Amino acid sequence: MAASPSPGRERSGLLDRHLAFIEALRGAGLSVSLAEDLDSVAALGLLHWSDRAEVREAFAATLLKKQAHRTTFDTLFDVYFPPLVGDGARGSGAPGGDGGGDDAGEDDDAGPPAVRDNAAALQEFRDRLAEMLQAGEYDEAEMRQMAAEMIGRFGAMPGRGPGLSSWSAYTALQRVAPQELTDQIVAALLSNQLDEDEATRTAARRIGRFTRQVEDDARRRIAEEKGADHVADVTVRPSIDTLAFTSARRADLEEMRKEIFPLARRLATKLAKEQHAKRRGPLDFRRTVRASMATGGVPLTTHHRPKRPHRTDLVVLCDVSGSVANFAQFTLLFVFALREVFQSMRAFTFIDHVHEVTPYFRPGADPADVLADLAASTSHAALWGRTNYGRAFTKFDEDFGDALGPKTTLLVLGDARSNYSDLHEETLGRMVSSVRRAWWLNPEHRRNWGTGDSAAPTYAEVMPMLECRNLVQLEDFVHRIVGSAPPR
Amino acid sequence: MTWFDSPADAAARLTATGYLTDHATATTTFLAGALEKPLLLEGPAGVGKTELAKAVSRATGAELVRLQCYEGLDEARALYEWNYKKQLLRIQAQTGGAGDGVDWSATHDDIFTEEFLLTRPLLTAIRREEPTVLLIDEVDKTDIEVEGLLLEVLSDFQVTIPELGTVAAVRRPFVVLTSNASRELSEAVKRRCLYLHLDYPDAARERDILVSQVPGIDDKVAEQVVHTVGRLREIDLKKAPSIAESVDWARTLIALEIRELDDTAITDTLGVVLKHASDHERAVKELKLGRTVPGKR
Repeated sequence: MAASPSPGRERSGLLDRHLAFIEALRGAGLSVSLAEDLDSVAALGLLHWSDRAEVREAFAATLLKKQAHRTTFDTLFDVYFPPLVGDGARGSGAPGGDGGGDDAGEDDDAGPPAVRDNAAALQEFRDRLAEMLQAGEYDEAEMRQMAAEMIGRFGAMPGRGPGLSSWSAYTALQRVAPQELTDQIVAALLSNQLDEDEATRTAARRIGRFTRQVEDDARRRIAEEKGADHVADVTVRPSIDTLAFTSARRADLEEMRKEIFPLARRLATKLAKEQHAKRRGPLDFRRTVRASMATGGVPLTTHHRPKRPHRTDLVVLCDVSGSVANFAQFTLLFVFALREVFQSMRAFTFIDHVHEVTPYFRPGADPADVLADLAASTSHAALWGRTNYGRAFTKFDEDFGDALGPKTTLLVLGDARSNYSDLHEETLGRMVSSVRRAWWLNPEHRRNWGTGDSAAPTYAEVMPMLECRNLVQLEDFVHRIVGSAPPR
Repeated sequence: MTWFDSPADAAARLTATGYLTDHATATTTFLAGALEKPLLLEGPAGVGKTELAKAVSRATGAELVRLQCYEGLDEARALYEWNYKKQLLRIQAQTGGAGDGVDWSATHDDIFTEEFLLTRPLLTAIRREEPTVLLIDEVDKTDIEVEGLLLEVLSDFQVTIPELGTVAAVRRPFVVLTSNASRELSEAVKRRCLYLHLDYPDAARERDILVSQVPGIDDKVAEQVVHTVGRLREIDLKKAPSIAESVDWARTLIALEIRELDDTAITDTLGVVLKHASDHERAVKELKLGRTVPGKR
């Protein structure tokens, strides 16, 4: 019987956009509750809408609860609350106020840009770009304007069919090729009394930033054209801890590697706490009585003898062939970062031949060096050059069979793609039966197991196989083997 | 009382107390005060998380109540405790003085009163009538159960004591929680807080911090320290140097009367900023300090 909510009131579109933004954040894996949503609205009410940076921080403070999500948040914020509208120049006077997503008509009105894309224009633009990047200090707004201009002129692809976006950062970057300006910028910076290393680094950093802004600008324009929701669905990558190992790009790998140690540290703290909590053993009578003196002989707090901590011997057998190399490196590094929670640990890499890599993981060693050494040692693991799980297991059984014992936990890392060779699952079966527990971590999505040359189903019958595609799953798994291990 | 009028006001007043903020920090601090919500600060060690709480208390003239968290922190240390010994004495004094005439319920009412209550930081902060900044330091060090304890305080600003009833805040304190993210805090706590990730400052701000914190430093050395520390943070180290450490470094240079931070000076004093042997080796390699070292070793 309640009337429909104030039908007469005009809707500014602002609320819709806000809600769409929240939905997009949720879609990207941030858990934004209703309470936080309300907080953000309350926060915005206290601030001036004219300052975009303030609005962004207000949203960040109320909606974001994890630094790992910051990149995702920033990307989505830019998509839903773009810094510029259209070509930027005409919108800069009053950038706010344009509400809903469907202003497709507006984009075509400007017609062709004042200067068309031609060789002379390209040269002129590159000169200006180089000049800006060479400057001692640069300001953000100017850079954004340049990026907008670059997409507007060199990234436009008019006349493409419906459903295809008419802006491309790729095309623009191919045409202008800011990377080629590196030498010029370095030369200019060198004369600015910077040494050579420093100049190279600065140049690379600036070009990287500019490239990112160009990509952002293309995303912004596509969002303007097709609606922000579309862009949010298509172009926003998952946050780094849920990104699959096998689909990570170079920059992502770098970021992931930085996450490994904090992640391992968090996990170690968690495990130590849980073991601490479970450690309560039999009553320590003496200490309890002594402590009761303070409360007049009433034993209010009881003291207990600690239990012996239970630890695990770990043997890791790791496929390092090209297809799973990233996964293998991360997993090895992660498990070794947790060295102190395992009693002893040995690691072996294989492609078709087995090679022990335990010595590379010196305590306190630098992760970057370790990874480099590991990569170099890959050659030892290949005799014939093609992944052959069957041969690797047989070899391991012959050469290092004594590494396995009744206290050992065996961990096999790999995608179980064995080039249609003999699988020797009975050898693996024998290995599994000689150890306390065994697990196989597979970086492939479960739905791909058993397709093509994947021997996952066969091996899964011999030992439990788990999907492990990203850092979160990896952390969960390690938590399981160390934390809640029921002593057998 | 309003804590700050606007982000700009927050920035100005914090700066006046010697805490240089950036945009995000100023905005979030303002919001925490205006929305009366607790502020959760996360970030690497030594970037000024605790310092921000202190600066807020200095800037607003509020008193700082600090709860330092640690593993094994419990209700009795965080909230309140009954003073058993005093209660025992009270009971004994009564039975001794008036014989058996006093009935138990009167005594019971007697011994659970304010007089026998020992307030710990959380309850103290809530009961105070003057402006208060409540700093809950290193929340990630506590056990999960303590978070449950914090929830009532953080969302409703009240504490329930079974014998006394509910004590609600007379005046809401400005609550700051800090964490090094060594453990993921529960969703429930995060949902009740505003969140800010404090990170290393940019070069210009760090230089300003050095100049304001280290008297007698000249611009050139400050510049060089900031530059080198920035370089060190780019290399990936186990423990990147914090602001506190670059301040220490600047102080060390002043004490040693080093006016020029060249390769030799860096090598000699690197121990002030880097606390791991492997970090040391890596820094020497990356900064190409090796050239000047062999003679010295």
